[in-house]
Amino acid sequence: MRKVLILGATSAIAQATARLFAAKGDHLFIAGRSADRLEMVRQDIAVRGAASVGVFAIDANDRARHEALLDAAERAMGGLDTVLIAHGVLSDQKACEGSVERALVDIETNALGVIALLTLVANRFEARRSGTIAVISSVAGDRGRKSNYVYGAAKGMVTLFLQGLRNRLAAAEVQVLTIKPGFVDTPMTAAIPKGGPLWAKPEDIATGILAAIEKKRDVVYLPWFWQWIMLIIRMIPERIFKRLSL
Amino acid sequence: MAEPYTSWGLYPKLPQRGVTLSWRNQAFPAIAGEVLPRGNGRSYGDSCLAENGTLIDARGLDRFISFDPTTGRLACEAGMLLADILDVSVPRGWFLPVTPGTRLITVGGAIANDVHGKNHHRRGSFGHHVLGFELARSDGRRIRCTQDEEAELFPATIGGLGLTGLIVSAELQLVPIEGAWLDVETIRFEDLGSFFALSTESDATHEYTVAWIDCLAQGSALGRGVFTRANHARASGGREPRAPRRIPLTPPISPVNGWTLRAFNELYYRLPRAPRSLQHYRTHLYPLDALRDWNRLYGPRGFLQHQCVVPATSAPEAMRAILGAIAEAGDGSMLAVLKMFGDMPGRGLLSFPRPGASLALDFPFRGPSTLALLDRLDRIVMGAGGAVYPAKDARMSGETFRRGFPDWQKLEATRDPKIMSAFWRRVTADTRKES
Repeated sequence: MRKVLILGATSAIAQATARLFAAKGDHLFIAGRSADRLEMVRQDIAVRGAASVGVFAIDANDRARHEALLDAAERAMGGLDTVLIAHGVLSDQKACEGSVERALVDIETNALGVIALLTLVANRFEARRSGTIAVISSVAGDRGRKSNYVYGAAKGMVTLFLQGLRNRLAAAEVQVLTIKPGFVDTPMTAAIPKGGPLWAKPEDIATGILAAIEKKRDVVYLPWFWQWIMLIIRMIPERIFKRLSL
Repeated sequence: MAEPYTSWGLYPKLPQRGVTLSWRNQAFPAIAGEVLPRGNGRSYGDSCLAENGTLIDARGLDRFISFDPTTGRLACEAGMLLADILDVSVPRGWFLPVTPGTRLITVGGAIANDVHGKNHHRRGSFGHHVLGFELARSDGRRIRCTQDEEAELFPATIGGLGLTGLIVSAELQLVPIEGAWLDVETIRFEDLGSFFALSTESDATHEYTVAWIDCLAQGSALGRGVFTRANHARASGGREPRAPRRIPLTPPISPVNGWTLRAFNELYYRLPRAPRSLQHYRTHLYPLDALRDWNRLYGPRGFLQHQCVVPATSAPEAMRAILGAIAEAGDGSMLAVLKMFGDMPGRGLLSFPRPGASLALDFPFRGPSTLALLDRLDRIVMGAGGAVYPAKDARMSGETFRRGFPDWQKLEATRDPKIMSAFWRRVTADTRKES
């Protein structure tokens, strides 16, 4: 029976993953910005079989309360062994290009908030010499593109940070999982026209996340074919890449 | 993969776009023009298509709200699939009191069509087990509806085809079971008379009764078929259901044609079966759910369903006439299903189930000849004082609909003025011109 903290728990992928944890009878502690939405998610995963569900309303950028969040989770569940960080905003690239403020706020939410929390979690798990840290990054973090490089840069920072953290925590037997979803049909991507085989459902991503956690994977692309798409995209020489519209 | 919005029969084809809802406290979407709430799109015809193409996609409202395993009372959001309810309730000893032949429909859709199942003679239809629901109207009102609190909106919404507002959440009363397995008996019968006799006998002893009919058999074999009756079992065992397979794409030409239909009907009738067996509820109640997207088998032109109910007194004659007309047309149906409804009248203004015999048929769409055959079936049903099921319809005349559902004007009076379906426009259009 796991003791799982999920940050950004009202996102579609986090909800779908929480349902899978709940069906296995795990303890859950869910955190997010909106108390109303957290309550709806709490009711849902309680019925679905979670051993217990705790709730904590917090803005991920409210770093002063990160320690309090972790303490509350440990208190509520009598411990903590799995952390899933799933919060984020899909940046409006054009708006970020026109506003320093917008660009930095998004970087703050998608990268700095994550890194702040990871630093605290890593120290707790390293001292305990066990635990799983799973973080939703993105395929967008694999290479900067003109259509979304502010979002991509933040996710890329998270990916690189996790790489180093994994290297550091390997000795302590702590799993650090970098999750890189491709296109997912969620409210976050509601403004983008959808259709075609590249779009996945949050349920499919959740199944992949749980499998990656249980198999102790380091990095996972979801669905799997993004690994090959991104391999090709990373291999394109910059001289050519800079002329492309991707 | 995001899939386009179609009706289950893939006919008619109307371009649709969806505005998604993700949270039950979200406001009714502010969109200019008319809209239609949408569940999982399992209605066969145009009752799940918006006339002007704008749907409110409520599948994102798929959360449980509460479940009490001591009383079997369940509250959930209306976009939740019956499959998700069963996954949670069956291991705790509770079952849906009424379920149609697929578990891939939403609770909202089940209410809006007041769906029925193989146990209508025992439990009535879905609406009989709805304790209450919340309705979001386009004027911003949120109305909690129960039989006592909303004497107009409650019965108008049950079987109301989604026209009275967006059903946001619902409370249901489940029934206790002892396990996931059913004790199933299968009996081959040689003609229509034997069906009625078997039905009368079995409805007294069994929770689920239904018959498959070989609708290509003629003469003395007319109405022959296979009767199944089942009860929830205490024991468990037998074969676990397989994971669903998927029809990956729509074949350019339908494999369902005169030859394959004839072969299928003959084989299915002759197939040796164990007279009695334990079957998992998914195997027995939802055989077609094991074949995801089976509707694609009918090819790009899609297919039409025809389900009618006729009063018991006229049933033998009407069923003979219908089966005779089909056999004559040689058009055949693969899934001809016959069931006696019980005496419990529906709670909805437009509930389809009513005392009598109900026959469901499906036909590959082949153009005017298919439409002409179904018109002929409608005339037989009307002559027998019956009704045709809107959830499965894509083509009945306004007059046929209104004769089967004389309370339609009461629904029109409570309809949310911003909500309209292609079906409702079609079956009420000629009355608008007159007025």
